[in-house]
Amino acid sequence: MDVLKKVPVREQDPQVRAHNFEEVCLGYDEKEAKLEASRCLKCMNARCIAGCPVNIDIPGFIREIEKGNPEGAYKVLSNYTALPAVCGRVCPQETQCEERCIRGIKGEPVSIGKLERFAADWARENNIKPDLPTEKKNMKVAVIGSGPASLTCAGDLAKLGYEVTIFEALHEPGGVLVYGIPEFRLPKETVVKTEIENVKALGVKIETNVVIGKSITIDELMEEEGYRAVFIGSGAGLPKFMGIPGENANGVFSANEYLTRNNLMKAFDASYDTPIAAGQTVAVVGGGNVAMDAARTALRLGAKVYIVYRRSEEELPARVEEVHHAKEEGIIFKFLTNPTEILVDDNGWVKGMKCEEMELLEPDASGRRRPVPRKDSEFELPVDTVIMSLGTSPNPMISSTTKGLDLNKYNCIIADEETGQTTKEGVFAGGDAVIGAATVILAMGAGKKAAIAIDKYLTDRQ
Amino acid sequence: MYKILKKKILNPTVTLMEIDAPLVAKKAQPGQFIILRTDENGERVPLTIADYNREKGTVTIIFQIVGATTEALNHMEAGDDLHDFVGPLGQATHTEGKKKVAVVGGGVGCAIAYPVVKKFHEQGTEVHAIVGFRNKDLVILEEEFKDNSSKLFLMSDDGSCGEKGLVTDALKRLIESGEKYDEVITIGPLIMMKFVSKLTKEYGIKTVASMNPVMIDGTGMCGGCRLTVGGKTKFACVDGPEFDAHEIDFDEAMERSTMYRTFERNAHEETCNLLVKEVR
Repeated sequence: MDVLKKVPVREQDPQVRAHNFEEVCLGYDEKEAKLEASRCLKCMNARCIAGCPVNIDIPGFIREIEKGNPEGAYKVLSNYTALPAVCGRVCPQETQCEERCIRGIKGEPVSIGKLERFAADWARENNIKPDLPTEKKNMKVAVIGSGPASLTCAGDLAKLGYEVTIFEALHEPGGVLVYGIPEFRLPKETVVKTEIENVKALGVKIETNVVIGKSITIDELMEEEGYRAVFIGSGAGLPKFMGIPGENANGVFSANEYLTRNNLMKAFDASYDTPIAAGQTVAVVGGGNVAMDAARTALRLGAKVYIVYRRSEEELPARVEEVHHAKEEGIIFKFLTNPTEILVDDNGWVKGMKCEEMELLEPDASGRRRPVPRKDSEFELPVDTVIMSLGTSPNPMISSTTKGLDLNKYNCIIADEETGQTTKEGVFAGGDAVIGAATVILAMGAGKKAAIAIDKYLTDRQ
Repeated sequence: MYKILKKKILNPTVTLMEIDAPLVAKKAQPGQFIILRTDENGERVPLTIADYNREKGTVTIIFQIVGATTEALNHMEAGDDLHDFVGPLGQATHTEGKKKVAVVGGGVGCAIAYPVVKKFHEQGTEVHAIVGFRNKDLVILEEEFKDNSSKLFLMSDDGSCGEKGLVTDALKRLIESGEKYDEVITIGPLIMMKFVSKLTKEYGIKTVASMNPVMIDGTGMCGGCRLTVGGKTKFACVDGPEFDAHEIDFDEAMERSTMYRTFERNAHEETCNLLVKEVR
């Protein structure tokens, strides 16, 4: 074996997977995992740990895998994270733990994410559960939203003995893990459901169909329902549109709508009632992970798909692995291209998109190369569906109904970076609701810090 | 799970149900809506809150059978459970500070117009209810409107009940006879609301329309329900469902409402066939 290279991971063939919603990456088996684990140098001052937003003892769990003890590896992981099977799959390891790996200096870093995933999947398949809390604190904490920040915060508080209730607006818990990230990257029935069941097993109650700010407010939870502290992990779910002509035509979707129909409502499966106007020729506008997810979903629903991005390949914010997967599956990338108008037919449906070519200026003070249109470069892209994937911002529904909760100019909740403390006493916040649309693991990191801060706040007040 | 406590057939295509949903009942206001799913494979469907009882913890919905989900819902009975029922969603109707209003309802939209009429009546506002139906078999809530409004004007397309004509005919006559309304509120099919809006614009009367676009989450995270109001994109589920009617792009809203028509027709036929088979 070449120790400079990662043990390759098995994947579904691109020709086959382009037509199904099964998981693309098949993961390591025990033999492959042991082999990959043996590449880890078990550094004393392991730099990878600092690269992980929840500071998992990475050499510690990898050592257990190498010893042939995946159960032990899972126990190490579950001391730090409530969602290892999720993070092993969706974290951008190349800019986090794996970026710091010493092996990466001369060769490829250790495949930390795939090993984390292996241990978590092994635990699920062998029905190994995290250790249950023994302490009871007899104090109620409310958690708003059930995405990664909230699940982490709730799980950590439950381990400390608090009575935790999660309030979720949708009919299924999981946040972006269920409505956003598609089945082919993150299987719902097996992976997501099991990790949520594990959080519930710690004693966390989950109330679905409760819209905080409408069904009940945070002030009522604290003043009338006896919650001593609140964590807001409501995310950034409000989609942005471009504001160009034709954007409200039939066949134009936000990525959130397209993905929600398909992932949460399972529009791809005929036994579910929710329809989706999938499209024959689809343009996805944007270059983030959500754009890749929307494009690869449209492809699986049978469409020819373009990704339209105004900068070049180098600036794509999506994960390298996902861009690579998208290309393998036949997604066509149109870089340095900016839509200016959506063309509409007589029945109000999309018939094309007017675009202009862009060029990049030299980096400005912020280090970003600004795209500017090239003169007389306008052209028409014939498409029947457009998916806008331009990012999202926090929904003001909660903040506008909570006394004393302040926002910054981006509508994000103002919260201390280390503790998540907001401008309202007893109320903490974290994840996309505070920093705007980011990653699953950053949200989990924030949920973890907030749990520590909430415990300190409640202990100090005793 | 949310239990159906009562079911009442109002006309051949419109049904009333009372649902056990204390959390929704506690906060519900006229003009707001709920989203329900009948079963775990179901779609999310928005329905306006037609009535509520805070003490009993119940919410009343009235729906027209137009597609697969409403067909399936209509086959459920008192004692059955709805899988999901969430709300109240959207902004409540602004009823304060008005002396005299006209509420114009059409078809099943009257189910949504009714709680608004009732609220105005309860707070002492003089409220004229103008309600229109295709024919007398489709009339709903006539007694309720009569008891909860200052005056009721019942219109039908074919003259089989009330007066023959459109709701706009009645509204126009009232305005021309010198009635001074602080506001007109209209709830019903898009085409009706468009013409009510056109009429009141001529007379410069402030008008509010309750919009009913396609929705999924109903909490502002997808924009499926977006409309153009005053040249700006608005999400009906959080900014509405009521908007200044003179600012709404009704033609665009009508086009957007047809987006899933073929899917809906196919799904409805499938559900009907399925239910027919079950009956046999």
